[in-house]
Amino acid sequence: MRADGERPESHDWLDDDAGPLVRSFALTGGRAKPGAATFDLLSHVTAAPFAVQRSTIHLQPEHRAILARARDPVSVAELASHLGYGLGVVRVLLADLLEAGAITKVDAPSDHLPDDDVLQAVIHGLRTS
Amino acid sequence: MASEPADGRARPVPTAIKILIAGGFGVGKTTLVGAVSEILPLHTEEVLTSESMVSDDLSGVEGKTTTTVTMDFGRITFGDNVVLYLFGTPGQDRFWFLWDELALGALGAVVLADTRRLADCFPSIDYFERRETPFIVAVNCFYGEQPFEADAVRNALALDPNVPLVMCDVRDRKSGREVLIALIEHVRSLRLARL
Ligand SMILES: Nc1nc2c(ncn2[C@@H]2O[C@H](COP(=O)(O)OP(=O)(O)O)[C@@H](O)[C@H]2O)c(=O)[nH]1
Ligand SMILES: [Mg+2]
Repeated sequence: MRADGERPESHDWLDDDAGPLVRSFALTGGRAKPGAATFDLLSHVTAAPFAVQRSTIHLQPEHRAILARARDPVSVAELASHLGYGLGVVRVLLADLLEAGAITKVDAPSDHLPDDDVLQAVIHGLRTS
Repeated sequence: MASEPADGRARPVPTAIKILIAGGFGVGKTTLVGAVSEILPLHTEEVLTSESMVSDDLSGVEGKTTTTVTMDFGRITFGDNVVLYLFGTPGQDRFWFLWDELALGALGAVVLADTRRLADCFPSIDYFERRETPFIVAVNCFYGEQPFEADAVRNALALDPNVPLVMCDVRDRKSGREVLIALIEHVRSLRLARL
């Protein structure tokens, strides 16, 4: 955390929702990938079998950290949160892994919400757990 | 594009349900997410757009300064295969771009209100009305009380009569979970009304 005094004048619109200024894309080599696959917050990714051995790209430690967390399907939001990476960084890393065939991706349907029996089960769970 | 995993050991992809927790700064969003679920911070990057940094070259992200925005992120798992995700929306207007992503595919939203600063939740209500995202209003009763009747709050918010308004204490797990239940019941009744 930086002291308030270090906050540059032009950024004085930052509030408590905003963290320290970072060069967060440094981790991904600053690669933005227009046209690459999209990874929604609730898209799930799963590591492919023998993903590390079979990968067609050089895996950075961050790629490996993702694969280690994705033995079972895991959401993009959870990956970012557990690994402490920003969402943008995670998305670039995931795009690498998808291209390399090291993960598979399943998108959450954005136009179709869960069936009523699922909602009832959730209500029941909220009441009883 | 993606190939099927040949590995039969991987679990099925869970059904993910997304609920947004909105409202003004300091209204109790973080407290609510923490009370009802396992809460984790979730960071996202915003590229700063001060004059000197504006660039037409969208691919030239390298070296640009970004700021981290931290959202509240909570999860509650039901059985093996249903996960409820809660996202606290960042309080400020300039983060609308995040809201659009958050609202996409959301089951609905809880707009938290503080009767001492009711106007703070107007932008959230406007937003969900415009997007036609189902929402309810939950009045956070700071110090266990708030001096207004529900109807007075409804009037002050010019709330559509079909939008539920509930009272809650965001610090209390049971009270917070009742808020989520009220939202899900609202979504169900909207659905039934459409059939
Ligand atoms: N006494 C009291 N304090 C509360 C209540 N809800 C939130 N707070 C406090 O109000 C402050 C702001 O709450 P927070 O959850 O961070 O608000 P957010 O900005 O909407 O995330 C925190 O210090 C909370 O502990 C409440 O119902 N009663
Ligand atoms: Mg907060």
